[in-house]
Amino acid sequence: MDAHAKHEGPLPPLWHYGETEHDPISTKTLGFWLYMLSDALIFAGLFAAYGVLDQPMNAAGGPGIAKIVHPVAAFWQTIAVLSSVLAYSLATVALKTGNRNGVLAGIIAAIVLGIIFVGLEFADFASLFAIGATPDTSGMLSAFYILVATHGLHMMFGILWMLVLIPQIFLSGFNTAVVTRLLNLRLFWQFQASVWVCVYVFVYLRGTIQ
Amino acid sequence: MFVQLQGAWSPLFGRLTLDSIPYSNPIIIFAFAFSVIAGLAVVIPVLYYGKVGYIFREWICSVDHKKIGVMYIILGLVMLFRGFVDGMMIRTQQVMADGPHSPGFLEAQHGYIPPSHFDQIYSSHGTLMILFAATPILTGLGNVIVPLQIGARDMAFPRMNAISLWLTVMGAMLVMASLFIGDFSDAGWVGLTPLTELPYSPSVGVDYWMWAIQISSIGTTLNAINIITTIIGMRAPGMRWDRLPIFTWTTLSTSIIGLTAFPILGVALALLGADRYLGTHFYTAGLGGNLMLYTDLFWIWGHPEVYFLVLPAFGILSEVIPTFSEKPLFGYITMVAATFAIAGISWSVWLHHFFTMGAGPMVNTFFSVATMLVGIPTGVKVFNWILTMYRGRITYTTPMLWSVGALLLLLIGGLTGVMLANPAINYTVHNSVFVIAHFHCMVLLIAFTIFAAIIYWFPKVFGFTLDEHNGKMFFWTFCIATTVVFTAMFTLGFEGETRRLDYLYDPDWMPMLIVEEIGIGFYCLSVFYFFRMLYVSIRDREKNRCGADPWGTARTLEWLTHSPVPFYNFAVTPQVHELDELAWRRANNCEALMPETYDPIHMPKNSMVPIIIGVFAFGFGFGMVWRIWWMAGFSLLAIIATVIISSFTPDPGYTITAEEMRRLEERKEPPGIVADSHIPRPMAEERIV
Repeated sequence: MDAHAKHEGPLPPLWHYGETEHDPISTKTLGFWLYMLSDALIFAGLFAAYGVLDQPMNAAGGPGIAKIVHPVAAFWQTIAVLSSVLAYSLATVALKTGNRNGVLAGIIAAIVLGIIFVGLEFADFASLFAIGATPDTSGMLSAFYILVATHGLHMMFGILWMLVLIPQIFLSGFNTAVVTRLLNLRLFWQFQASVWVCVYVFVYLRGTIQ
Repeated sequence: MFVQLQGAWSPLFGRLTLDSIPYSNPIIIFAFAFSVIAGLAVVIPVLYYGKVGYIFREWICSVDHKKIGVMYIILGLVMLFRGFVDGMMIRTQQVMADGPHSPGFLEAQHGYIPPSHFDQIYSSHGTLMILFAATPILTGLGNVIVPLQIGARDMAFPRMNAISLWLTVMGAMLVMASLFIGDFSDAGWVGLTPLTELPYSPSVGVDYWMWAIQISSIGTTLNAINIITTIIGMRAPGMRWDRLPIFTWTTLSTSIIGLTAFPILGVALALLGADRYLGTHFYTAGLGGNLMLYTDLFWIWGHPEVYFLVLPAFGILSEVIPTFSEKPLFGYITMVAATFAIAGISWSVWLHHFFTMGAGPMVNTFFSVATMLVGIPTGVKVFNWILTMYRGRITYTTPMLWSVGALLLLLIGGLTGVMLANPAINYTVHNSVFVIAHFHCMVLLIAFTIFAAIIYWFPKVFGFTLDEHNGKMFFWTFCIATTVVFTAMFTLGFEGETRRLDYLYDPDWMPMLIVEEIGIGFYCLSVFYFFRMLYVSIRDREKNRCGADPWGTARTLEWLTHSPVPFYNFAVTPQVHELDELAWRRANNCEALMPETYDPIHMPKNSMVPIIIGVFAFGFGFGMVWRIWWMAGFSLLAIIATVIISSFTPDPGYTITAEEMRRLEERKEPPGIVADSHIPRPMAEERIV
């Protein structure tokens, strides 16, 4: 008993000849989007933990969130990360015309701005350590540090990725592999900036008005 | 900021000292001897026949999705065996330690296992069975079958596929290492806080548990990315979404769950790690920590993980039952819809694992209703399978027996599940072995379908069928064992036995404990028949050689190519015309037509990168467990360096010409993952410049 009716007339072709390979850049980009989905869920988990642990009782007598965050200091970080994304986007605009110097200039500017961001974060952490607001002080501070530092680690990873890409652009030019990496790094970099916007709003701005 | 440790620490060896090796425990000595003998039984033939280079080049460095899948399944079966031995020890301890007058042996007051060791055994039983047995076997099946079912040559990212495998293997190796060096977690496989916090679990056990899961779950996440990309991007021409086989659909939905759930587990464990290593206060009892945060995060992963396991099992049933009923699957669209409905609901039921925490009636009601909702799509599936069998021409081959058995287990496990979804009942039986019997019915349903799948697809991969007589003996002994053990366990649950007891205080439980032990005897018998099935089948393999479709009634695309499958899967990519392509070709008498001309094809090269990353991942895990900072730091840097170096080397793959394809297709000897290894595959060279 089979549901399939017999095919009328001559059989259609049974085998497919010629190119079936899909565009390697779009396959890799799809995979990278999926990776970013998992990365987004890591941040979702961390934001959830922060949302649970930023109650006054979680400060456990230590400094509250309003004492340790400063919206203006983090504002300069926001400017740095958003300008870094702008610089990187200009690099991908230059990529469209194959302008190697334009791409390199954009990436180097993005690296410099990224390092400024990470440096400001280190300075921020150092000043907090100086007043004794360390991660092991309270549950609230633990959540603050791990959330912000996880984002910072992602930023450092992005900077490392750009540093690796610069010699690859010199060595092999804009071949498929390098272009794929450049495009996926753009996704990664813009995503980290979006995460920072959430961190700035939920941790820094919201913390100040608490 | 770093935490103060109890006990000694040295820069060179961290917390590791000679005393960490439990050489005074006879049970562990026996386990060690057994592992060494089993390991030598593999290593000595490899050395004797001079196959080290072959194993390294053609298996360990392989990027072939079938070989990777087979290695996943072998890993899962070995871990399943170890998990079974753990279960056997738990049952034997309980039957020996019932009542105040029960005798004690070895160092135990009652039974033969002292409490802390017993706690490690049930913790490793749970961790192994869920994460290192069921998960790798189902991942491996997806790896082997999905590219064949959609007519692809390989996965979208073959090298990342191998990395996923080796990360999972190294996670399992960490659990094995914990048996002989140090100890394993004694806080249960769930690892509830604050019990897993450093003050309450100061030994390395929790660290082993944490890093093993963390490393292997990175592998599972990468594999999910790979499977989803493969299914979306690599389908053969004509393989539209409404023609996708159900197993591929369920693997897609399960990968979506895996991709979204495992990062949450990563966060839950990373925060626990921060508590244990950096002294933070996420889950501590004091200083602003929140214990329930861990429970919530863990089960937000944990419940989707259950469906991560059960959905491919449902996919297997949906392949096996139509094949042996000689009918198309009843209700294809409702089956797909039910699959995604279950996957969606899986995200909104996690709180039913802790109804008794006191969340209040409104919250409990929400999660109770959500949990009962799962019954609806699952019911749709069960009726679809029954209606597929209805008026079909059923042949009770071994895979079909396992499938029908799985349906009965699904019924028992599902109905007790709906009972447990009611908070009022849940308060009564919470933490009793009734719950244990319920979820063992569900995971054994998964085990039943795993055995159905292994027997069903074995001839596709290896080119000969498995012995039916021993397969059926394996099924019946396993089935009787399951019935005997878990009927008794449901009863004990109603009699009030709570879970995880190393000493049972009520002598009235004795009769049912003895019944359970008899069931364990049947399980041992089934293990014997499993090995006998493998032995007899491999011995008689020439007699049992089979063609492309050994069952004669298979319906999906993977049965179109040769058995065993050559390394290039399909000589020419098939054009798909209908749902159940092979059944369509059979109806049109063209299922045996092979292509007459060939195209050159493009294949990926083998690579050493995945195993190097795997070995350093083990080094990182081991270094972190024992707090050997130089080892962990060096391994982490080495992983990053390996990735960077390999990114400098383009991997163009290699091409097989049309003439070579004709020669391969017309050769006399059978192809397949074993025989094809004589066709040397180029190895990618990793270098800068």
